[in-house]
Amino acid sequence: MAKMSYREALTETLHQEMANDENVIVMGEDVVGGTGSPGGPEAIGGVFGVTGGLYGKFGAGRVIDMPISEAGIAGTAAGAALAGKRPVAEIMFADFIGLCMDQLMNQAAKFRYMFGGKATCPMVLRTSYGAGMQAASQHSQSPHPMVTAIPGLKVAMPSTAADAKGLLTTAIRDDDPTIFFEHKALYGLQGEVPEGDYLVPFGKARMVSEGTDCTLVATGRMVSFCEDAANSLAADGISCDILDPRTTSPLDEDAILDSVEKTGRLIVVDETPPRCSFAADVAALAASEVFSSLKAPIKTVTGPHSPVPFAKELENAFLPSPLKIKTVIEQTVKYS
Amino acid sequence: MQLAREELEQAYRQMKTIRDFEDHLHKEIAKGTIGGFTHLYGGQEAIAVGVCENLRDTDYITSTHRGHGHCIAKGCDVKGMMKELYGRADGLCKGKGGSMHVADMDVGMLGANGIVGGGPPLATGAALAAKLDAEGGVALSFGGDGSCNQGPVFESMNIAAILNLPSIYVYENNRYSEHTGSSYVIASESIASRVEGFGIHTVKANGFDFFEVHEVMKELVALAREGKGPCAVEFETTRFYGHFEGDPQNYRGPDEVKNDRENNDCIKIFRSKVTEAGLLSDEDLDKIDNEVGELIEQSAEEAAAAPVPSPEEVTTDVYVSY
Ligand SMILES: Cc1ncc(C[n+]2csc(CCOP(=O)(O)OP(=O)(O)O)c2C)c(N)n1
Ligand SMILES: [Mg+2]
Repeated sequence: MAKMSYREALTETLHQEMANDENVIVMGEDVVGGTGSPGGPEAIGGVFGVTGGLYGKFGAGRVIDMPISEAGIAGTAAGAALAGKRPVAEIMFADFIGLCMDQLMNQAAKFRYMFGGKATCPMVLRTSYGAGMQAASQHSQSPHPMVTAIPGLKVAMPSTAADAKGLLTTAIRDDDPTIFFEHKALYGLQGEVPEGDYLVPFGKARMVSEGTDCTLVATGRMVSFCEDAANSLAADGISCDILDPRTTSPLDEDAILDSVEKTGRLIVVDETPPRCSFAADVAALAASEVFSSLKAPIKTVTGPHSPVPFAKELENAFLPSPLKIKTVIEQTVKYS
Repeated sequence: MQLAREELEQAYRQMKTIRDFEDHLHKEIAKGTIGGFTHLYGGQEAIAVGVCENLRDTDYITSTHRGHGHCIAKGCDVKGMMKELYGRADGLCKGKGGSMHVADMDVGMLGANGIVGGGPPLATGAALAAKLDAEGGVALSFGGDGSCNQGPVFESMNIAAILNLPSIYVYENNRYSEHTGSSYVIASESIASRVEGFGIHTVKANGFDFFEVHEVMKELVALAREGKGPCAVEFETTRFYGHFEGDPQNYRGPDEVKNDRENNDCIKIFRSKVTEAGLLSDEDLDKIDNEVGELIEQSAEEAAAAPVPSPEEVTTDVYVSY
């Protein structure tokens, strides 16, 4: 184990995987940083610092700065993947997936199926997501439900430094296209990370903490919000199962259903608007599969049906918080 | 320089307002009072002002992530803008937009834009509306050098060309998109030469000189107004600050910004041109400096004291009705 940040865990993984397999290539805007500038390549090393040092080690052929052309970047990655490479493309902010959508939903996601199982598209599209930095409506979204809804795409959302490494390694070695969501408020998060080869399988949830009264399911930054909320109720004798699905596609349905059968209560926390969301999806799963185990209505804690606003006070009103989650846990446990 | 005294004063006042607005933000952001992502326009003022002095309130512009200059030049209320950046309830966008989304429909300012390349398609649509209205209106998009590589920008210029729309595409080439040099990401000889390929009349000009910008734009806006179809311009310029506030700028040449501030400062160039030609005196200009300084100071004080939005506002204005 080594102590490092979520960001460093991602960087280490990219270094390891590029060294392991020469088909792994990295591309995106400013992933080298400084190309064509007086300061020269690597003057910056990626906007969030994740791709630092790759260019120096692996060279311009495999670490490629791209123009501001998100559709082109996604398509180049998809095409290179069809032709045998393992591209890791960076889309600086997940909001810009809007520009990539044809290449993701009509192309990469469907090759395998449309071509009768005869093609693979082992690409990873890494992207930063999430609110909390007053980055406003076009730089704060969490569009994972949108891509989770597309058959053919896999979706990973690490919430710890160790998972950042384990899930990214799996994503790069996986033969299907994966959208990899990195929460921008977690890049600095420190944690113990296993050294060497470390893979976290897709579709295997992490039991963050165990309890008896309620199941909390959350992704990304919301996992730690749930931990804070649950910890604040420990003194009242309330304890929760906290489950981080790690990947929303594939989804570890068994882990969620087993836990709900045990606790009889479910709260799903996510920082997106509520409609057609991951929270609604998990709630529907539990309602249809383990209805008879439920002691209280399933609740979701999400943002409202609105864009993410700029002003701090409004952004706080948009986001779930440990306090909001705590209140819903109390209501749910009290219900019966 | 066939501009009337009032026009010269107005142009200088606008450029200076932008400069002081941005200098104030630069200081304030370092203190941590203003959140979010802010991109300053300092150094490029001659372009926003030289362009917008040729436009009417009823003409449309779209802007970029580096939009404060375009907003001020198009006539957005400076106090309302300052409040918006401070995230206040009575900001120009009620504190919901912030720096990257300042907009004011009343003056034809269709929004700063957090999406690089988001503006030109919208300007194309506004130009279509202006053409249908047949009142001589035009629509203009501002964009950086980096924006010229977006597919939707290509598509909209072609649409404008085939529909003969009164749209104008302004590219401000400040040498960089974030930290990447523009010559690396633009394979054609220039942005202008590429845009010409769309069958759009395009010129290249010096964006450090207000008078050159103004002259070029007068011609282009007249063409668009007369129904002669879309046109475009690439201006050479520089940004005095980093890409965003906090950018260490180590990708830039050692004396690049210093040299630009000394030799390519559009405000200094304007001052020396008008004083040497005897059109305005140093006293005239200093007086404007003082007035602008006061305006910015007042705007900041009022913004700091203004009320913040109440949490219920998070779900208002998502729709017109729902
Ligand atoms: C679609 C999209 N991709 C990437 C970004 C991130 N980004 C913000 S500004 C910028 C550089 C823009 O460069 P340019 O168009 O030259 O404008 P400048 O910043 O120089 O004014 C980038 C890559 C974005 N906001 N939108
Ligand atoms: Mg630029």
